[in-house]
Amino acid sequence: MDKRGNLLDVRQLRVIFHTYRGLIKALNGVDLWMDKQERLGIVGETGCGKSVTAQAMMRLIEEPGKITEGEVWFENRDLLKLSEDEMTKIRGREISMIFQEPKSSLNPVFKSGFQIKETLLNAKKATPANAEEEVEKILGYVGMDASRVKNMYPHELSGGMAQRVMIAMALATQPKLLIADEPTSALDVTIQAQILELLSDLTQKMGNAVMMITHDMGIVAEFCDRVVVMYAGNAVEVAPTKELFQNPIHPYTQGLLRAVPRVGRPGELKAIPGTVPDLVDPPEGCRFHPRCDYAFDQCKNVLPPLLEISAHHYVSCYLCQKDGCPSAKKAGEEPW
Amino acid sequence: MTVANEKTALGFFEKNKPYIDDLKHTVFLFRKSKLTMVGFVLIVIFLLVAFLGPLFLPYDPIAQNFAVRLQPPSQEHLFGTDQFGRDIFSRVIQGSRMALWIIFLVSAISGLLGTTVGIIAGYFGGLIDDIIMRITDMFLAFPSLVLAMAFAAMMGPNFTNTIIAISLVNWTTYARLARAEAMKVKEQPYIEAIRSVGAGTGRILFLHVLPMCISPVIVQLTLRMGTIILTAAGLGFLGLGVQPPTPEWGAMVSDGRNFLVDQWWISTFPGFAIVFVVLGFNLLGDGIRDMLDPRLRR
Repeated sequence: MDKRGNLLDVRQLRVIFHTYRGLIKALNGVDLWMDKQERLGIVGETGCGKSVTAQAMMRLIEEPGKITEGEVWFENRDLLKLSEDEMTKIRGREISMIFQEPKSSLNPVFKSGFQIKETLLNAKKATPANAEEEVEKILGYVGMDASRVKNMYPHELSGGMAQRVMIAMALATQPKLLIADEPTSALDVTIQAQILELLSDLTQKMGNAVMMITHDMGIVAEFCDRVVVMYAGNAVEVAPTKELFQNPIHPYTQGLLRAVPRVGRPGELKAIPGTVPDLVDPPEGCRFHPRCDYAFDQCKNVLPPLLEISAHHYVSCYLCQKDGCPSAKKAGEEPW
Repeated sequence: MTVANEKTALGFFEKNKPYIDDLKHTVFLFRKSKLTMVGFVLIVIFLLVAFLGPLFLPYDPIAQNFAVRLQPPSQEHLFGTDQFGRDIFSRVIQGSRMALWIIFLVSAISGLLGTTVGIIAGYFGGLIDDIIMRITDMFLAFPSLVLAMAFAAMMGPNFTNTIIAISLVNWTTYARLARAEAMKVKEQPYIEAIRSVGAGTGRILFLHVLPMCISPVIVQLTLRMGTIILTAAGLGFLGLGVQPPTPEWGAMVSDGRNFLVDQWWISTFPGFAIVFVVLGFNLLGDGIRDMLDPRLRR
């Protein structure tokens, strides 16, 4: 089987949640892939399945959720076929994750240094003899006063400091892939910039690939090499960052970019009409068609496949197959 | 390499400074609360009496001497004597050792059993939880003293069976507490975070869930120590506990029942001993809760 990325290849991932209201089809066959040391951004509205994708890859989906279909190839293993014990060894040692709420992601009863030490020892990246030194070294990497911070409890840390500790913990084991699930959403703008810079520097030095989950187009533009745009449980467009901003093709991506406020261009902010579909009863065919200006009959029946329409640019939209691409220029508007 | 040299050159106090600071802080919190100190003093007295008291007894607590039968408290017999002429002061002191044993063993057995079973039920949930909780419901359906009586009567009244009976009655409280906490804790983001950096089930359960559940259990343990003594005294009072002539406070209160109107001291002094210790544990338990909660610490 040919793999699309040499680190990660997720194929047709489907996740459902059993709830009182019915079956929520949270992921509807997601496709994404990553190369080593690559930085992939995943963008989309709240509830489009960004975080669920990451959790499913790590097999952290809990009841009432369930992975029903798909493959997650990480290097040469399908993570969905591993035993729980093997998966535990992958988590932390090869794939780590940092979360949106840094303060609640640390155990409140342990000092931050102890938590990093435990992670190190658990992943066998340090021996009990040198663990203490390793912890100080790692806390130094994330720009903290190690001797002070390692003896602080999580509630004594500020949000930015807690996120630094989380980053230290996640990178301590030198994973090949770091999944950052909205790592800056809960932080101040100034701290956001610092944290992003820190993540950028560290992962570059250590050579980790980063999957950045966010709804902030600014972060994507600054941080990512390549972007996956998700809508209602599908990857709708995949492209290198520059290409995506210059030549967005999927009508949803175009809408998303128009909805970002820009300095110096007042009055151009446009919302995408309609609302995100209810995933208990999603629209047939392309899930975006009820909100799409260009929708035609075919869109309402079958989900369009993700096809490569130019080099490294993949789109899941019938317009590309019908009469060329519905580029923003064609619609008479300037792109990003 | 200078760093390493400095490290080895540091003395014990410098090296363990954070831990010592922590300890100092704990002591500070402890001393700030007067009621905790009262409880602490009561329990220290109790422990001292239990450990050292039996070495300095004025009389043999078991030897009968009908010549001094039913004597009121006096210089000779500080707490008076009972119907067999035994010195009640000596018996109360000897009884403290029995009480301490019962508290220690029952707390250890029921605390360990209850917490382990509770966090397993709470963390795994589902069928395991249902089965364990229905079992605890069965235990909780009976008044604790009645259930302890039933166990003691079934197994035969002696010291070991008293311990087992009281432990069997007590563990459900800790199991329910630990379960409720475990259910709360397993939903916390940091459990997911710790799973995502590669912690296995056993590690999560005992390193991350257990410490979060332990503080209410410890408070309950200290508060329950009073109840344990009361249950033990109740069993003793009913003749289902430790058997005579071994001095046990509950049995001693029971001994004095027939003489309560004229010889009040036979029941009263062991009764005071029970009050003293139960009160001490209750006050101490409250204080320990305040100290163990990291959210109230600084």
